[in-house]
Amino acid sequence: MGKVIATRLARLVATLLAVTFLTFSMTALLPGDPVNAILGVDAVRDPEVVAKIRADLGLDDPFLVRYVNWLGNAATGDLGQSYITDQEVITTISQRLPVTAQLAFMAIIMALILAIPIGVLGAYKQGKWQDSTTSAGVQVALSIPNFIVGIFLIWLFSVRLGWLPASNWNRISSDGLVENLKTAILPASALAMTQMAIFSRLVRSDMIATLQENYILAARSKGLSDRFILLRHALRPSSLSLMTIIGINFGALLGGTVIIETLFAIPGVGFRLINAINQRDIIVIQGITVFIATAYVVINTIVDLLYAVVDPRIRKG
Amino acid sequence: MATTNSSTTPEFPRDRLSNVSSAVAGPTDVAPETTNFLKIVRAMPLRVKMASLWLLLVVFGAIYAKLDTSLFGGALPLQDPNIQTNGFIRETGEFGTGRPIEGMSGSHWLGTDAIARDTFARIVHGSWVSLIVVVVSACCGIMIGGFLGSLVGFVRGRVETIVMATVDVILAFPALVLLLALVSIFEVRNLFVISAVISVLSIPAYTRVARANSLAISSREFVTAARAIGTKPSRILFREIIPNVLPTLLAYTMVAAAYVVVVEGSLSFLGLSVQLPTPTWGNMINQARRDIKINVAQVIWPSLALTVTVLSLNQVGDFFQQRREVRGSNL
Repeated sequence: MGKVIATRLARLVATLLAVTFLTFSMTALLPGDPVNAILGVDAVRDPEVVAKIRADLGLDDPFLVRYVNWLGNAATGDLGQSYITDQEVITTISQRLPVTAQLAFMAIIMALILAIPIGVLGAYKQGKWQDSTTSAGVQVALSIPNFIVGIFLIWLFSVRLGWLPASNWNRISSDGLVENLKTAILPASALAMTQMAIFSRLVRSDMIATLQENYILAARSKGLSDRFILLRHALRPSSLSLMTIIGINFGALLGGTVIIETLFAIPGVGFRLINAINQRDIIVIQGITVFIATAYVVINTIVDLLYAVVDPRIRKG
Repeated sequence: MATTNSSTTPEFPRDRLSNVSSAVAGPTDVAPETTNFLKIVRAMPLRVKMASLWLLLVVFGAIYAKLDTSLFGGALPLQDPNIQTNGFIRETGEFGTGRPIEGMSGSHWLGTDAIARDTFARIVHGSWVSLIVVVVSACCGIMIGGFLGSLVGFVRGRVETIVMATVDVILAFPALVLLLALVSIFEVRNLFVISAVISVLSIPAYTRVARANSLAISSREFVTAARAIGTKPSRILFREIIPNVLPTLLAYTMVAAAYVVVVEGSLSFLGLSVQLPTPTWGNMINQARRDIKINVAQVIWPSLALTVTVLSLNQVGDFFQQRREVRGSNL
């Protein structure tokens, strides 16, 4: 177990180094003087500000020195500051992270709640009409981009029915949980759709394989009910692959939050990223990118380690 | 790296984990079969036939629209996607008869958008951007990623470690976020820039698929036999490995294409793809959603075009991947 953790952590560090280096290189790809890019094309060149930026970013140092300095700062939570809003990038992220995290978490939970019954039904009634209908539905759900789902949810629930707001965000702290959920449920559903389709496909194919195992036959011959076999015996092995796919899909989910937050005007990390891109606020783009990538890599490492905890075969290997 | 327990799985279309086995399709010992086009079409279930038909229609529409504007100067029967039909017409000195946000009619099949441009024409023209991005990324993916993957899966060693480490790092990013970061570097975003960026990001996934297949094929008897009779490695690579990796890569291309269409649509939707007024399905959806309270139809048409295209690509992709799988397991 210790060895597994050690190798995983070593790989984590290597990946993080590479990922941060790649993100940092972004500024090196910028055409012309980085100061111009950071200040924007139209900005008035105040020599004092230019000098400050040059000093802040150490632009006169060689690239590698700059990277090491930047990495050192980033490791202590200093991702620089926006030269447009003057806000520290890390402050921006920490203010907005709870919103994005809540959306992602809700999306995963909602997707699982829907996907498991659908997948189990498909496997149990394999080849019957229940299976073919749900499979077709899943195929369609897989093919609809999340922003389209979001728009039609807005159309149905806010424009036509007027039940839920089309945009904006209520915070749990100031508006209470109910008001918060009112603004969170539509974007979370839009995000959950694709995930649901992916999860239920996985549960179905996993369970079809599991149902052919001998221990299921043994359980059947003991006279256990179908429901008991499905939920207690057959579903458990699928939890491992579900865990893996949640980890892998987390990247897509984070990408999805960028789009959905923009669509619903939700003050999360993703919406800020789009704002920064529109303002060409390079430092913020860089900071958020490196933060999201780090989060994704770390989460996948945690999933891998959990996997080792849950599955004794990996733990010993 | 991020996808440790499935190192052979391309992360790019994330929804394909259940198809891992098809990404590493069965190697074929038989000579590359003479692909009988009619036979394949006959083997397609109805929905795959319909999907292929739709895709052909989209490709035809895109090329037709492009020919119309670039070669025939708008002489072919399709309206100009950027003309405001209620605008001032210089020749006659009068205003056009169109109205903004019109319903379906004989003169505007799918109605008009918020500034009275013909929606049908915009959808047909919008397919051009999707088509180019898909074609360019597939070509880059197959030629660069496919070649690299086949090569490192065959020669192994340090080259493999370096190439696959690079691939792993790029795939360690959430794809869309990395794409956004890269796109943000460019001040001018035109079709060239967008397809180049998406292509670069497509290469790693192709490399993974190609490497996995190349690894499997390299250990087959016919490769050992070729080695034993002293065939040059480069000849083995080009005559034995690559021809056998290629069909799987082509099947994967369809699935990757579906993802690329969604990604380009998302970028357009965020206003970060090809600049306006060039129509794309994504930016049409984004513009029409602002008027969703008045008219939902203008959102529905481009959404439908985008979704049906992605669905079709998925159907056709699944069909070809399953074919590879079945053939592999039969041998």
